[in-house]
Amino acid sequence: MIEILEQPRQIFGGLRLAANKAQSLRTPLRSAPLPERLIVPLSQHIGEPAETLVQVGDKVLKGQPIARSLNYISAPVHAPTSGTVTDIGEYAVPHPSGLKATCVVIHADGADRSADTGLKMDDVFCADPADIRQRVREAGIVGLGGAGFPTAVKLNPGRPVELLVINAAECEPYISCDEALMCERTAEVIDGVRIMRHALQAQQVVIGVEDNMPRAVDCLRRGLEAAGERDIRLLAVPTVYPAGGEKQLIYALTGKEIPSQGLPADLGMVCHNVGTAAAVARALLQGEPLISRIVTITGAGVSQPCNLEVRIGTPIADVIASCGGYTEQAAHLLMGGPMMGIPLPNDRMPVIKTSNCLLAASVEEIPPPPAALPCIRCARCTEVCPAYLLPQQLFWYARSRDFDKVQDYNLFDCIECGCCARVCPSHIPLVQYYRFAKTEIWDLERQRTKADLARQRHEFRVERLEREKKALEERRAAAKKGLAARPKSGDAEAKKAEIAAALARVKGKKTQPATVSAMRGSADSEQGPGSDTGSDSR
Amino acid sequence: MLTAIIALGTLAAVFGLLLGYSAIRFRVEGDPIVERIDALLPQTQCGQCGFAGCRPYAEAIAGGEADINQCPPGGDAGIQALAELLGVEPKPLNAEHGEHTELRLAVIDEQTCIGCTLCIQACPVDAILGAAKQMHTVIASECTGCDLCVAPCPVDCIHMLAPGQVIATWKWPYPGSEQRLTAGDSA
Ligand code: SF4
Ligand code: SF4
Ligand code: SF4
Repeated sequence: MIEILEQPRQIFGGLRLAANKAQSLRTPLRSAPLPERLIVPLSQHIGEPAETLVQVGDKVLKGQPIARSLNYISAPVHAPTSGTVTDIGEYAVPHPSGLKATCVVIHADGADRSADTGLKMDDVFCADPADIRQRVREAGIVGLGGAGFPTAVKLNPGRPVELLVINAAECEPYISCDEALMCERTAEVIDGVRIMRHALQAQQVVIGVEDNMPRAVDCLRRGLEAAGERDIRLLAVPTVYPAGGEKQLIYALTGKEIPSQGLPADLGMVCHNVGTAAAVARALLQGEPLISRIVTITGAGVSQPCNLEVRIGTPIADVIASCGGYTEQAAHLLMGGPMMGIPLPNDRMPVIKTSNCLLAASVEEIPPPPAALPCIRCARCTEVCPAYLLPQQLFWYARSRDFDKVQDYNLFDCIECGCCARVCPSHIPLVQYYRFAKTEIWDLERQRTKADLARQRHEFRVERLEREKKALEERRAAAKKGLAARPKSGDAEAKKAEIAAALARVKGKKTQPATVSAMRGSADSEQGPGSDTGSDSR
Repeated sequence: MLTAIIALGTLAAVFGLLLGYSAIRFRVEGDPIVERIDALLPQTQCGQCGFAGCRPYAEAIAGGEADINQCPPGGDAGIQALAELLGVEPKPLNAEHGEHTELRLAVIDEQTCIGCTLCIQACPVDAILGAAKQMHTVIASECTGCDLCVAPCPVDCIHMLAPGQVIATWKWPYPGSEQRLTAGDSA
C-alpha cells in the first residue's frame, strides 16, 4: 500500500527561482483567433511519425484525422479546423536541430465545422478500460507537460496501478498554462482525472500542485466538492524547481524513490500531467481530439503576456500578434521556460502539442552566458542536482567522450533540468554536454543494430552463394558422368535410337512458334536449351 | 541428520547431472574471441582491410595474422575498441587500407540504370533490389555504404551520398562546436 504523505516533502537539491508567473495570469484565459493558415507537423510526439491520410486539395473538417499512427508508440494527428489542404511538405518545426519535418498545411475556411469523430462515450465510467485507451489513442493525446509521450501507452502500464499521480506542479518559472487550466476549466480537469483513474483502475489518486499556487488549490478544492469527489487527494508540495519532475513529484508526495532507470510503474504508480487529463475529458465527453492546447505567452519581449487556447499548427508569429506583438526588449524566443526551453531561430514555426510556453525574453531575463572556465570541483552542481547525480563527473566523461563511464554515472537519470549549469561558478554549459552524450549514445546503439543486421544479411548471402556453387558443381558432375557413361553402354541399336530421339527433339524445337524464343530474349538463347546452368540456379 | 545427508546428496546428484547434461546440450559453438572481435567491427563488409569481409578479418586478427588498424570504416574509435579488447596499444589507421570517411549510402540514379544486375552481384548484404532489365534500387536501411557496387556499374549510375539529416536521428553537437546553442539568436 502506497502511503500518500500528510505533509509533502521537499525534493532533494533544486533551486528557488523567481516564479514570474503573475504576468501571464493577469488576464483570463481566452482563445486565440483562428489563423488563416495552419502548419501541422506529422510527428509531434515521442515515437514513430504518423502516416498522412490526406492529399493536397482535400477538404478537411475540424477534428478529422489527417495522419494515423502505425506503431504502438505513436499518435495520430487531426485537422485543427475546417479548410483545404494546400500542401504536404517539409517545414521548419520547433526542435533544437532546426531541421524541417513533414507537415500538412491547411488553409482555414473560417467556418470551423466539426467532423463526427466518434470519440464520445456515453457512459465512460462503466466503459471497458481497453475501450477508453483505444479512444485516447485515436484522439492523438500525448503528454502535454513537455515530453509528448503517447498517453494511451501510459494508461496501459501492464501491471496493477495503486496510485495515480496527477502532475500539476508547474515548477518552471514563467509557465502558467496548467494553473490557468485548473482555475478556468476545473470541471474538465476533474472529469479527466476520474476517467484516467477508471482507465487505470487505480485505487488512489493524488493531484500534486506547488504551494505557491493558492488560487489553483482553491478552484480544485471547490471543484472536487461540487463533484462530490472525496477520493481524489489534493496536496501542495514545497515550491522548489524542479518539483514538477516526475520522480521528484512522486518523492515529494509519497517519500518513495524511483530506482535509477526505473519507471514509476515499477512501484505501482503512474504519473500524468493535468493538462493531459483535461484533454482526455474533452475527447471522451465532447468528442474533440487533441487539436488545441493552452499556451503561456510571456516574457518582457511580448506586449500582453497571457494564456491562450491555441489551435495546434498556428504559426507562432500569429500567436504573438494576438498578444499585442513584441516589445522592443524582445531578444530571444524560446519554446518552453527559461530553464528547459529550446531556442527558436524564428517565429514562422507552428505551435505543436508539446508547446506549453512561448517565452519572448529580454536580454536581462536570459543574459548571454559568460565564457566557460575549467571546472574547479566545487561540487555546487552536486548539491543542487535533484536526480542525485554527480554533474561534474558526468561533464568530465561526456567531455572526453567516454560514453561507457558517463553511463556508469547514470547519465540517463539526468532530467536536463539545468540546475547544475545555473549554479556552476565556472559557467560550464553542463546540460549541453549531457545532451550531446545522450544523443551520441543513442546513435551508437543505432549503429550497432544496423551492424547486426548487416552481419546477418552478409552471412545469409555467403551461405546462399555457397549453396548455389555446390548445386552447380553437383549438376556439372552429374552431366559429366552421364556423358562418360553413354559410349560404354555401347550397342549400336541403342545408339541409333538415341540419335533418332535427338533429331526428333530438334525437329520439335524448330516447329515451335518463333514468338516464344523472341519473348525469352537473347540472354536465354545464348545459353541454349541444353545448358546445365539453367534458370533454376537461384 | 541422515535424512539431511541423503536429501542433500540427492540434490547434489540431480544438479550435477543437470549441469553435465546442459554443458553438452547447450555447448556454444565457435571461437569466442573471433565473435568478440567481429562484434566490434562495423560490418560494412567492404573488404578494405584486405579480407573478404569483417568476419575473415576478425579471424585473421585472432590468429595474429592481421593488425588491428586495417579497417577504415571503423576508424580510430574502432581501433581503440579493438585495442581495449585485446589489451594492446592503439595505433593510427594504416593509410594503405584507406581513409576513414563519414557514412555514405548508395543511391541508384533510376533514370540511367539499365538493369544489368552487376551491382546486385556486388552487394555484400543483398541490399539492392531489382531483376534483369528492370530498374534497380537500394534499400537505404540495409546499405552499409561499402562502395562495392559503384565500380561494377557499366553506366556509372550509382552515387555514394551522405544520408539526409532527420529529426529522429539528429545529434546534439559537441558544446562549443556550434554557435546556435546560446539561447535564440533572433525573435
Ligand atoms: S559547479 Fe561547475 S565548477 Fe563546480 S564542480 Fe560542478 S561543474 Fe565543476
Ligand atoms: S545533472 Fe541533470 S538532473 Fe542533475 S542538475 Fe544537472 S541537469 Fe539537472
Ligand atoms: S575494412 Fe570493411 S570488411 Fe574489413 S573489417 Fe572493416 S568494414 Fe569489415
